[in-house]
Amino acid sequence: MFSKQNRKLLQDPLNDDNPITVQVLGICSALAITVQLKPAIVMALAVLFVLIFSNLIVSLLRDLIPNRIRIIVQLVIVAALVILVDQFLKAYAYDVSKELSVFVGLIITNCIIMGRLEAFALGNGPWKSILDAVGNAAGYGIILIIVAFFRELLGSGKLMGFEILGHKAKTIAESTGLYHYGYENNGFMLLSPMALITVGVLIWFQRSKNRKLIES
Amino acid sequence: MNRNSNAYTFIFAIILVVFVAAALAFTATTLQPLQAENVRNEKMQNILSTIGENVQRDQAQTEFDKYVKQSLALKIDGTVDTQVDAFSLDLKKELSKPVDQQRFPIYIAEKDGKTFYVAPLYGAGLWDAIWGYVALSDDENTVVGASFDHKGETPGLGAEINQSWFEDQFVGKKILDENQNFVSVKAVKGGAKADDIHGVDAISGGTITSDGVSAMIKERLEHYLPYFKNN
Repeated sequence: MFSKQNRKLLQDPLNDDNPITVQVLGICSALAITVQLKPAIVMALAVLFVLIFSNLIVSLLRDLIPNRIRIIVQLVIVAALVILVDQFLKAYAYDVSKELSVFVGLIITNCIIMGRLEAFALGNGPWKSILDAVGNAAGYGIILIIVAFFRELLGSGKLMGFEILGHKAKTIAESTGLYHYGYENNGFMLLSPMALITVGVLIWFQRSKNRKLIES
Repeated sequence: MNRNSNAYTFIFAIILVVFVAAALAFTATTLQPLQAENVRNEKMQNILSTIGENVQRDQAQTEFDKYVKQSLALKIDGTVDTQVDAFSLDLKKELSKPVDQQRFPIYIAEKDGKTFYVAPLYGAGLWDAIWGYVALSDDENTVVGASFDHKGETPGLGAEINQSWFEDQFVGKKILDENQNFVSVKAVKGGAKADDIHGVDAISGGTITSDGVSAMIKERLEHYLPYFKNN
């Protein structure tokens, strides 16, 4: 079940082969929905769900899928799963679905998913495919959550919507916490370029720590 | 069967598509009532929030029935069209119709013995649609509450229109000047003067969204003036 080889499938995407920081895939959604922590977590869970099931389905059908239309078949499966997620969110988590809006639909175009289907699920058994999906979705989700953590904290002084740096009122005297001492939120953190820069800093940090990634 | 033959490819594609379509159609129809209810309840929450009632989503229907006494659909000349269910009107669709066929919903609410008129708004922000509700007190002039929302304004800038600091500024503002002429309430770039009864602070960095809010309030409320004149 969890042989050394299978554990590698789970662990590699978290660090050595991270989909965002090493393979630089799925950047578009990493920029778009990391303004706040909550949508980032939901997005990570949605990708986890879609990736596990699409990997599993493609892996089960891998001997049946006609080679010439395999990309189309993968797209149909991913698109169907994404629509399912979207419909469920609209029915049971309406507020979250409003925040994620179009980005749920854009999971379809997330290169990580197509990449895993094409590179892994088409050539491996169901159990391995599930592990691969969990590993890659977790590697994606971790980066998303780290980026969202810094952007929400520095950009709006909140985490998960709670004002942890104090409350910013109209005047400094009425404000509490850090704002009372003249602290200002960095509005730039809320814009997409800072997501790119945050991801860049993460890549730099990871490469400085991980010897395997240092190019000679 | 040969996996590379045309026949196999066609059969596989057809089976896959039929199966996926059936699964999606089934989920969509099963979840449709729940989704529609969420949208309805949210609308009621928004209307109630303009008269200062913040209710939970699952309480929205009961609270709405408690406070909102009448929902009317108005014609362009201010008369009531009794054929139309005002609550189900979609302002976006109405605005794309010819002027004489447009119907504007108005909700008449009562709270603590006072009457409020709540009018829905719909307009354009920087990136996409913005909408909201504005409540007027029984003098048909003073704003008692406003609530805005947007589809895709810039987070931290234009998207702030749905935050309470922006919405609360509208409370107490007047839409008519001393000669009873309609001037609406504007979001003023650089900040409104303290004694300006027709202006609120615009959002710095969100000028186009703020202007969108000003334009939306002006254009939509204008349609209600004939009705207010007759009542």
